[in-house]
Amino acid sequence: MDVLELARWQFAITTVYHFLFVPITIGLSALVAGYHTAWLRTNNTQYLRLAKFLGKLFTINFALGLVTGIVQEFQFGMNWSDYSRFVGDIFGAPLAIEALLAFFLESTFLGLWIFGWGRLPRALHAACIWIVHIGTLLSAYFILAANSFMQNPVGYRFNPETQRAELVDFGAVLLNKVQLVTFPHVAFSSYMVGGAVAMGVMLWNLRKRTLEARAAADAVETGGATKVAPTADDLTMYRKASRVGAIVMLVASLGVVVTGDLQGKVMTDVQPMKMAAAEALYDTYEKDAPFSIFTVGTRDGKEEKFAVTVPNLLSFLATGDFHGKVEGVNDLEPELQKKFNEGKLTSADSYTPNIMWSYWSFRWMMGWGGICMAIGVWVLWITRKGRNPVNRWMGPAALVGALSPVFAMSIGWIFTEIGRQPWVVYGVMTTKQGVSPSVSAGEVLTSMIVYTLLYGALAVVEVKLFMDYMRKGAEPVADDGEDLPGGHSDGSKNDDELSFAY
Amino acid sequence: MELTTFWFIIIGVLWTGYFVLEGFDFGVGMLLPVLGKGKADSTDQVTDPVTDHIGENEKRRRVLLNTIGPVWDGNEVWLLTAGGATFAAFPNWYATLFSAAYLPLLIILVGLIVRNMGFEYRHKRDSVAWRKGWDTAIIVGSFIPAILWGVALTNMVRGLPINADMEFTGNLFTLLNPLSLLGGVVTMLVFMTHGCFFVALKTDGAVRHDARALATKTGLAAAVLAVVLLVWLGIEVGTVTSWVTSVLVALFFLAALAFNLRGKEGAAFAGTFVAIALFVLTYFVMLFPNVMPSTTNAAWSLTTENASSSHHTLVIMTWVALIFTPLVVLYQSWTYWVFRKRITTKHIPEAVDPSRPDPIKVH
Repeated sequence: MDVLELARWQFAITTVYHFLFVPITIGLSALVAGYHTAWLRTNNTQYLRLAKFLGKLFTINFALGLVTGIVQEFQFGMNWSDYSRFVGDIFGAPLAIEALLAFFLESTFLGLWIFGWGRLPRALHAACIWIVHIGTLLSAYFILAANSFMQNPVGYRFNPETQRAELVDFGAVLLNKVQLVTFPHVAFSSYMVGGAVAMGVMLWNLRKRTLEARAAADAVETGGATKVAPTADDLTMYRKASRVGAIVMLVASLGVVVTGDLQGKVMTDVQPMKMAAAEALYDTYEKDAPFSIFTVGTRDGKEEKFAVTVPNLLSFLATGDFHGKVEGVNDLEPELQKKFNEGKLTSADSYTPNIMWSYWSFRWMMGWGGICMAIGVWVLWITRKGRNPVNRWMGPAALVGALSPVFAMSIGWIFTEIGRQPWVVYGVMTTKQGVSPSVSAGEVLTSMIVYTLLYGALAVVEVKLFMDYMRKGAEPVADDGEDLPGGHSDGSKNDDELSFAY
Repeated sequence: MELTTFWFIIIGVLWTGYFVLEGFDFGVGMLLPVLGKGKADSTDQVTDPVTDHIGENEKRRRVLLNTIGPVWDGNEVWLLTAGGATFAAFPNWYATLFSAAYLPLLIILVGLIVRNMGFEYRHKRDSVAWRKGWDTAIIVGSFIPAILWGVALTNMVRGLPINADMEFTGNLFTLLNPLSLLGGVVTMLVFMTHGCFFVALKTDGAVRHDARALATKTGLAAAVLAVVLLVWLGIEVGTVTSWVTSVLVALFFLAALAFNLRGKEGAAFAGTFVAIALFVLTYFVMLFPNVMPSTTNAAWSLTTENASSSHHTLVIMTWVALIFTPLVVLYQSWTYWVFRKRITTKHIPEAVDPSRPDPIKVH
């Protein structure tokens, strides 16, 4: 493999991995903040238990999102130095602002939240986790603005003197029409993920604790009780929390569907080739394009052999009109060849992205999302009217429910990025022009192997730790919450143990 | 002042922020095996039977880690901001530097990753093997960047083989020259000393006293080697101003050591804080107006002019920096205020483990 291919693989591996943790961080921080605030307002310690429980899972997850994010910040300069030189004038600004506005907020206030139990006034302490959440959203906004520039470059001009793209209108970059649909789509998807993870964790605990409670009740009858059994309150807490997770996920999923639909239309407008590839649409439909649920193409991927389709749906998805025109690959390719093949930065052998990947990743994205929504509805159904159910589907449902929107988001990004190829900045610069000329294939291969092994090992540790803390469940707390500042009348509070310590 | 000069200063400020802050948490991480060993408290003669199974050394290590617990992550963001700001304001600097220092950067990133994971995960299980593994990660992960940032920045100041296309033409061994390696050793020792002062300021009992004693040793070694480094660099690329700031670095650093001997912990920490800031200043004074001098041909050097973004981008970034940097400094300082209390082994709660329930705290 050459430097280009290796650098692309490395970007794919490190970015997809990083992004597994990002939506969980965004989504879970909101839920933790919600529960923390609910405790503050009601003094109901169940909310505090849930906030602390989800908070632990959140920090386990956040750690990996953080460390893998550092690599992202440096990777552009290391592997993509020509890209960095060419677009740095525009692309660097959102990255710098992301660090200055978002990363500082997230890291500083997360430290305050984690270590702040008993040291900060209660309301201020709860505000810290909200600020963390706002930080995650700001971070998403700026990094998506940078990505949207790659999808649909706006607000710039090419300077022939410096041979690079230069910023003309920063407002246009931040309000790119791709960005305006992508940010809400990603934010809603992240809430969907947060809700789904919480739903899965709580559903699993509901089943486990219900079984334990029943076993304990049986043991009492036979006179052999040994372990402290979960109380009815515990079961209520897990049931409610499962339902809250499901509801958050389902409400967010509505936002995901609406924004996803809008995004499809914007995408068709700015990158018609991506929509054609996503649909494996080879020939242009002047009107009434059908949506294919399943397609088999010829081996070289140039023609369709067999397809299961829904009439007119693609026209609607792409244009908002059931009779709209949708262009196919076979017509777009020669158009793009003619337009771009002369330029040094824009010439490419083919302007068609990998159709197989584009087509299937688009469907997997929607499929996983749909599976998650179905599980959410099922969870609401089995826990309706105070039921604490136990059935053997709850375990798998918890697992699949929690992971499916993560897969959906991951594969959605794979689609977005693969569908843009061969471009790194659509219509301006091809990916192969962006790679670092002074870096050798050996160096990229080395770093790729190092990251892959390290990330793999950390994943094993992370998942095991996450599962163990999930099994531990929401710990009981003292009735007064715990460790409130100035809680001791004799002033001995200051020499107490820390509520939280490394 | 030219905006490009202003942004050169901002990049310098961001590196300063990174070194003066993360410098001491690198120091704490590197010294974990040294300061994390010994009696829990100088006044404790009898080991508390209840907490004995935790071990004195373990308690001391936890004291050390908790001094930086709430702040290390915020400290590290200064690096990410320095990286991002270089990308935004000087794309060519970012591109040339990061692709040139490819393998050292990779090692730094791996170091930072395992170190951060160590901070976050070490306390999450009550197992000796688990803690031992993460301790290694924290220690090694603190040594690597503490040394390699010194190597990288010294290389940047003394110059690298760079061609007319702003591309680095050397290899890994170009970067591992004696002068730059000396730079790495100096940053390592300086950060150790800075870390000792921080520990002395943030703890009490035996750890505090041990930190003060250790600071004198690492500090003297750091002082001698720093003088060699600054004189050597000064002869190669120094200016009148850089000589003046170099002298100031030495004065502040020695003052810090003197304050430490007299038990003035706050002044000692402030001394290394300022000395490190002046050290970064010296490097940036030596650089200016270059950002990456070329040893191949001086005409091919990257400068604040030819490496910078367009004027328009710099104007926007200037507004962002002027509004938000003070805000960051404000709320980060507040964090230090919130966690200002000294930590002792008495404050360390029992270790937690997911396999057993947390103790309920009842007042």
